[in-house]
Amino acid sequence: MSTDSKNEMIMKKSDGPAAASTSEQITKAPDGRPPEEQPTWRQDFPIDWPQDHHVARRDFTKFLVLTSFAFVVGQFWIAVQNFIRRRRSKPQMVKIASLAALPVGGAVVFKYPDAHDDCILIRTGEDTLAAFSQKCTHLACAVVPRPELNAFHCPCHAGYFDMSTGRAIAGPPKRPLPRITLKVNGDLIYATGVEVSTL
Amino acid sequence: MKRRFNRAQRTTIIYAMLCIVLLIVILQLWLLTATMNAFLGDDDSVIWPAVGASVVCLLLNLGLLRYLYQMERP
Repeated sequence: MSTDSKNEMIMKKSDGPAAASTSEQITKAPDGRPPEEQPTWRQDFPIDWPQDHHVARRDFTKFLVLTSFAFVVGQFWIAVQNFIRRRRSKPQMVKIASLAALPVGGAVVFKYPDAHDDCILIRTGEDTLAAFSQKCTHLACAVVPRPELNAFHCPCHAGYFDMSTGRAIAGPPKRPLPRITLKVNGDLIYATGVEVSTL
Repeated sequence: MKRRFNRAQRTTIIYAMLCIVLLIVILQLWLLTATMNAFLGDDDSVIWPAVGASVVCLLLNLGLLRYLYQMERP
């Protein structure tokens, strides 16, 4: 570094200890103009300690605050979805199957409450029936009955649900399968509603 | 009178603020996943309190960011 260049180093006011004062120096730009008149690229990539203004950490903090804002938007989105869900009418009663056509251990797949909602009805005993949504509560794969284990099995990630209660008993799912409430009228089995819970 | 910090002091303060902002963002992430889990389980009692808590976290973060900009202003 030439003597002239060294002379261009000017000392900023030093309010710290003597050891820190050398890091408070500012290099004069080659064109001689003051720092605030320098092009943006030079302001964004300073070469002196005091001028860098902690750019990287400040930008990272800005990014984190933006992420924080995104989370708030997500929370509002859930609130709006909840509002829309509450306004939906209760599902209608739909005929699923007849008791005579369903032997003990037998299962019937049906759509409820909409055409794209797959559900499964299983006759667990002579007088007991159970119906659940077929969508795994982990990542919505279709669960299949495993009567020998008294469980529904999700083949995607080896999740298991209790066949009589729908509770998650093994694997990644945490929430139980949505239960379809049933009504038996004579020989006919009807779906009357959907019960969803967290436990 | 506004106090000026030297570089070492500013660095310490900025790191502390960064840690706090990071912790708050992680808390918000947990809040979002817990709220989503409750929503999918048809439990809507936590939704609005969680929205409020998340907004408070955002305001805290914005306050810290504002302080950061003020501190760096020459």
